[in-house]
Amino acid sequence: MSSSERIIPHGHVLRYNLSERLTHWVAAASYIYLLFTGLALWSPWLFFWIAALLGGGQVIRTWHPWAGLIFFGAVWYMYVMWAPQMRHTDDDRKWWKAVKYYSTNQDDKMPPAGRYNAGQKFLFWGFFWGVLVLLLSGIFMWIPQYFAWHSVIAMRISVVVHASAALFTIGLFMIHLYMGLFAERGAFGSVIRGDVSIAFAKRYHPAWYKEIVGESSSPRK
Amino acid sequence: MSQATLRVQKISGHAGSVPGEDAQRKEYTVCKLIDTTTCIGCKACEVACVEWNDLPFSETVFNNTYQTMPETRWNYWNLILFNEHEREDDSLMWLMRKNQCMHCSEPGCLAACPADGAIVQYTNGIVDFQQANCIGCGYCITGCPFDIPKMNPKTHRVFKCTLCTDRVSEGLEPACIKSCPTGCLHFGSKDDMLDLAEKRAKQLRDHSNFPNAGVYDPPGVGGTGVVYVLHDASNPEAYGGLPKDPHVPLSVKLWKGPLKWLGNVAMIGGLVGLFVHYLRYGPKSREEEDLATRPEGGKP
Repeated sequence: MSSSERIIPHGHVLRYNLSERLTHWVAAASYIYLLFTGLALWSPWLFFWIAALLGGGQVIRTWHPWAGLIFFGAVWYMYVMWAPQMRHTDDDRKWWKAVKYYSTNQDDKMPPAGRYNAGQKFLFWGFFWGVLVLLLSGIFMWIPQYFAWHSVIAMRISVVVHASAALFTIGLFMIHLYMGLFAERGAFGSVIRGDVSIAFAKRYHPAWYKEIVGESSSPRK
Repeated sequence: MSQATLRVQKISGHAGSVPGEDAQRKEYTVCKLIDTTTCIGCKACEVACVEWNDLPFSETVFNNTYQTMPETRWNYWNLILFNEHEREDDSLMWLMRKNQCMHCSEPGCLAACPADGAIVQYTNGIVDFQQANCIGCGYCITGCPFDIPKMNPKTHRVFKCTLCTDRVSEGLEPACIKSCPTGCLHFGSKDDMLDLAEKRAKQLRDHSNFPNAGVYDPPGVGGTGVVYVLHDASNPEAYGGLPKDPHVPLSVKLWKGPLKWLGNVAMIGGLVGLFVHYLRYGPKSREEEDLATRPEGGKP
């Protein structure tokens, strides 16, 4: 998409196009299902009511791996779309050094972020590697009979690895929800409607905004 | 012992206390004694198990031994393992061990199971799978140090020896015990069986030139509801890989213990932390509109 197509009327800029938004929601829906069904298997205190709500233990055990494949597919497509934009830069290093200003809402003290700031990049790569580990360990637990080497040992390792990787992504997920729903007003709308206000773009992603409008041109109102 | 006395003392994947816990007197623990030194490998117990439990036919392979099949299956719970064993004086011994669920006092399968009520342990010590509650995740398989639980690939439910719960609850001995022609199988209370086993082991040591004869009742899993008399208790591995010191696998202990606590604290701590952060710092901006009218930067 060329830069000028990103500018839309009424003081807004397009942040996520339709395929980005769709991918996000496929990932979100499958991840939320995975989260609840996974937590049901994590603790007896969550099993009895989550399993009852979602159709019973056999049902969640049957669908959890399939939802996992959908989530993996969505994250993989994000990788295809975004990997070049998620590369770590020198500005990201500066961003991490200043992260305490970011977390205390002193955004004016932050080095200018591009389309994705360093935290968002961390979220992306965390989920990318997390889903790979979850997929690999999950497959060992799903269809252990197809693995030649002693599948019980593979399964034992996988159970621990799967739970640890899941906990890691849950941490990322909680921060992601917090940022998107509560901390950055306008972020949630951007992944529904696709656009953010120019003020939002300037404030949180000034380098990206500059890139869109170009140094000299002024945005259409 | 009747059906009414098959009271449950441990439940897998269960939140809260066990119903009826501590409400009645503790009954004695049942135990199967297998004397490998008098087993002749006739497989009557295998047939009796399949017959009594109405297990469907299981195809097998011939691999030049007398063993019926390579390992127990979801529909073959009781298997005599045949092992040729060379002794230090180069003489040959045939070791035959009836392999089945050991009914551990601290069952790894039950510890690993996430499904409420899929595995229970009765107060008499029998560990029993309740297939109606089984979700087919296979975690019990990872929890067992004896490689016993097996999944039916079609129904995704796991099966194993029930210690003939249905017979025992009616005051009968398990089918395998009833079928044994040499009397190498015994059934009774754990105390009685251990007593009998120790006497037999002493006999083997004192009179039959088996100085290492002994009883297999591994403490790593809290003792088992199936005990063996072995010619050589120092080398249980020779009997078809009977583990010397079985434990609930470290992976199960780790994720059911420290990892679970760490995870719970992290998740709840994270939620509380984010909530407190919001109370302290609030959103980065009040309203989107607000943002649009304000000059760049500056605190909201």
